[in-house]
Amino acid sequence: MPIETIFDTMEYGTAPEDRGIALQWIANHGGLIGPYVNGAFAPARDDLAIRNPATGEKLAGMTLCTKDEVTEAVQSARAAQPDWQKAGGPARARVLYALARLMQKHARLLAVTESLDNGKPIRESRDIDIPLAIRHFYHHAGHAQLMPSALSDRVALGVCGQIIPWNFPLLMLAWKIAPALAMGNTVVLKPAEYTPMTAMIFADICSQAGVPPGVVNIVTGDGSTGAALVDASVDKIAFTGSTSVGRQIQEATAGSGKSLTLELGGKSPYIVFDDADIDSAVEGLVDAIWFNQGQVCCAGSRLLIHEAIADDFHNRLKARMDKLRIGDPLDKSIDVGAIVDPIQLQQIQALVQANTAGQTYHAQTPVPEGCFYPPTLITGLHPADTLMQEEIFGPVLVSTTFRTPAEAVEIANNSKYGLAATLWTENINLALEIAPKLVAGVVWVNATNLFDAAAGFGGTRESGFGREGGWEGLQAYSKPRQPLPEPAQVTPFTGQGAAADDIDRTAKLFIGGKQARPDGGYSQAIFGPKGQLLGHAPIANRKDIRNAVQAQLACGWGKTTGHLQAQILYYLAENLAAQTSRFAERLDAMTGLTTGAEEVRAAVDVLFTYAAWADKFEGQAKSVPMRAVALAMREPVGAIAALCSDQHPLLGLVTPMAAALSTGNSITLCASAPFPLVATDFSHILEASDVPAGVVNILTGPQAELAPHLGAHMGLDTVWCLSGAELTQEVQARASSNIKRVWQGAAQDDHDSWLDAGTEIKTIWIPYGE
Amino acid sequence: MSRARMLELQCNPMHTSVMEQITTTVTQLPQTLEPRNPGLPLDLDWALSVQANTSAIERRCASLPGRRSVKKDHQAAWLARAISCIDLTTLSGDDTAGRVKRLCAKARQPVRQDILQQIGLPHLTTGAVCVYHDMIETAVTALQGSGIPVAAVSTGFPAGLSPLHLRIDEIRESVKAGASEIDIVISRRHVLTQNWQALYDEMAAFRTACGDAHVKAILATGELGSLRNVGRASLICMMAGADFIKTSTGKESVNATLPVTLVMLRAIRAYYNRTGFRVGYKPAGGISKAKDAITYLALIKEELGDRWLRPDLFRFGASSLLGDIERQLEHHLTGGYSANHRHPIG
Repeated sequence: MPIETIFDTMEYGTAPEDRGIALQWIANHGGLIGPYVNGAFAPARDDLAIRNPATGEKLAGMTLCTKDEVTEAVQSARAAQPDWQKAGGPARARVLYALARLMQKHARLLAVTESLDNGKPIRESRDIDIPLAIRHFYHHAGHAQLMPSALSDRVALGVCGQIIPWNFPLLMLAWKIAPALAMGNTVVLKPAEYTPMTAMIFADICSQAGVPPGVVNIVTGDGSTGAALVDASVDKIAFTGSTSVGRQIQEATAGSGKSLTLELGGKSPYIVFDDADIDSAVEGLVDAIWFNQGQVCCAGSRLLIHEAIADDFHNRLKARMDKLRIGDPLDKSIDVGAIVDPIQLQQIQALVQANTAGQTYHAQTPVPEGCFYPPTLITGLHPADTLMQEEIFGPVLVSTTFRTPAEAVEIANNSKYGLAATLWTENINLALEIAPKLVAGVVWVNATNLFDAAAGFGGTRESGFGREGGWEGLQAYSKPRQPLPEPAQVTPFTGQGAAADDIDRTAKLFIGGKQARPDGGYSQAIFGPKGQLLGHAPIANRKDIRNAVQAQLACGWGKTTGHLQAQILYYLAENLAAQTSRFAERLDAMTGLTTGAEEVRAAVDVLFTYAAWADKFEGQAKSVPMRAVALAMREPVGAIAALCSDQHPLLGLVTPMAAALSTGNSITLCASAPFPLVATDFSHILEASDVPAGVVNILTGPQAELAPHLGAHMGLDTVWCLSGAELTQEVQARASSNIKRVWQGAAQDDHDSWLDAGTEIKTIWIPYGE
Repeated sequence: MSRARMLELQCNPMHTSVMEQITTTVTQLPQTLEPRNPGLPLDLDWALSVQANTSAIERRCASLPGRRSVKKDHQAAWLARAISCIDLTTLSGDDTAGRVKRLCAKARQPVRQDILQQIGLPHLTTGAVCVYHDMIETAVTALQGSGIPVAAVSTGFPAGLSPLHLRIDEIRESVKAGASEIDIVISRRHVLTQNWQALYDEMAAFRTACGDAHVKAILATGELGSLRNVGRASLICMMAGADFIKTSTGKESVNATLPVTLVMLRAIRAYYNRTGFRVGYKPAGGISKAKDAITYLALIKEELGDRWLRPDLFRFGASSLLGDIERQLEHHLTGGYSANHRHPIG
């Protein structure tokens, strides 16, 4: 086209990025990719074609690693781990620093390869994915350096199996490998079957950076390779991907003792209040749902717009959509690239076609033939519509309206997911009111999809658990130095005869602030060590669990202040101390020991300790490289149930309760089955101490009956399995119903771990500036 | 007879003999191709509803150069387009007739003729020449027959703090002297004290004084304190009948920036969507690189659309930008980097 014509049309033309060097890298590796184990590429096979989704052309042949190949990689990681840990933080820091520097030196190769492999626009891989990945290694080089001083009480987990998705191949690799290596773990990573290419370049970089052989191992393959890795002899599985696969992994690892973190799907709300900068909120959606073709777990895919401005907003949004340019991912002027694979495209098409509700608008912009899908907006939907609930994982935005801020929160939280949320308002009061109320691991105020290595990222509910980035991300790759011994199992004493009390005492369950008879109507005789009958404990069943959790969900404890929580914990301590002799006698009578008084004193001390922490276990303001405050807020995990240990019948009851209350959670305590009467006695202390109804519930009876129902209850956010591995497995096997957090406790005096278990970090990003 | 042709005859009867030149003039004056913005009664509910989130606006501007890249022939065409939109400017205390004539010669022939021939745009000129009042007649004479309009800065430029009746008289004098475009400065204090009615009234009075000359409202955005104020002042000036809104005098410590541009473009878009009238945009000061010019053009293309990529609706207020573009064009043609002395000065 002559220049004088372009002078009139003012078209952009094309601005293709050169792909030659990336293709040359592949050619240099024989056009085949495969496992990187023990510091070298193993022979590769052409089991599966890796394709450029934009053109369909084959980029390379990929090895589908077998179970044996996975085992070999895990063995390599296992052999390398002790030396890597022993090398110490500063030595590891130098390696991580070298990785960061080398990735920087090969930044364009990585970016071009990522776009070729995944279909994302070069603008994104070049300006977002690769720089963030590099930043992750820099940041974690620092964490490695500081580990001996800042995290002296923590040690590596061991060998970590890591499975990552295809939407941000190198960035997810960085999020997995950097913290693992910093803490002294070795890894076996499986990139997604669609997008293994940049992981291969990274492997090459590992060899150049002096990563000791075996510290980083990469196995290529599909779901079967991933399943083999989950089954392998690793200490941890870290998974990012779909909720359905996350659920399978949670089930597969139940009872294995493997540490688990899951970063899963989402249907994140994008809320626009009437006082927002509308044009900026419209532009924000480009970064929310048309970033990476909408194939983003935290994509703002659910637009919630104030009813008063909805029409204007939708009109401006449609005009903006029409300006998006779709096409060759390597063209520097492209906004939306290719969908990762024809299978994914079919899924998007099927979901949109199946929808008959609302009005569907496709951007009026040319869409090339092939694996492309136009930016799409579906307005006029309601929470009851499938597309408001189900993740599409494509460039499709759904929209509904709200009337009030309260309704916005209600609709936003009406989801099984809880990954991220965005809100737009120029009113700081409104922003700071709404952000904490949104059920999400990340909240962006007047921005969207901001990420940084210093700020935690991760979800709640069925979006998974665990955080990546920042100090909180290190928790997922380290454990307390002191191993937690398996709690002793105590067999209940047996006997016969009448109770010694003058007047029969009736122990009841404590549910919703009331003494309650067990739903099943059964009780169990409790005998002392000499066979004397001490009383009867109610046998709780699943309906008592249901009632207790219902009371928890209604209690509102999480909204109270740390100061109030402390006051009530102190008051509990005061009232328990006043009954020291009565509780000591009860403990001694049940256990046959003479340590009762000591245990009561310890319990009072625990209450004091967690009362002290209630207003001191604070969040942080993260140092992120932009003009923004990133607040890491500690939020209660929500509704907890605990299977209490038998070891110290009172202390084992009071410790989880105090830790839970101190962090703003409600809790249902399933008391030690052999020694339940101290728990039923304790309910009177609760009644006397102004504990609001439902905040603490106490159930007695065989824990084995209760554990499966706790695991399956979808209203419980977490179960603390403090009474041993057997019931932990029972709970874990069912916890995938709602991707429940399952925790096995910490040493009595490891307060940080208890408090951590009671909280989730929510990162609230607040860019500012006038 | 086409509408454009009719307008040509109405607006510039004296130049009808030289078709090319008329076309140039006609396409450079907003009211010749578009119905002129008649203004609206002051609508404060609308103006005060404008919000501008600085961080979000900065992010959009920061990502734009990475989102749009214009290469090779397209780049050359875009740079030529930029030249056609330049208000080639001299606003110095030491301006003389000789200096202004030299500038006008450059406006007529902004790029070496051999380069223009090679890119197929032999008749390319700048959008206008912009001078102080005293230089209008010199410029008009120097540009006689070229079709290039003369713009005059006015109303006590750059501070705008002389008596109101003198500022209005200055406009009248400049129009009488032959300026077809008047760049007025608003009273920043009306924005800073939120005296919106006074801002509206002042702008409306300036517009009336301009008569058929078209009026560019200089907001002096670097002195308005916030992007929100920029957005609100933009809307109010358009309501009061501005044909163009312009960022700055070039004399403030901060002049044209991309964030300010984005806010003003969005205001223009909102005004067009509500009224159907297209108002022009002129960033001034601080744009000196060819690459920056392309980014501005891309931002306008994205936010307002192709219709605004014409001199009747867009101008660069710039003096050194042209030199960088000349070097880029020679580089485009030869493949070698160019040097200053190979291009005639203006």
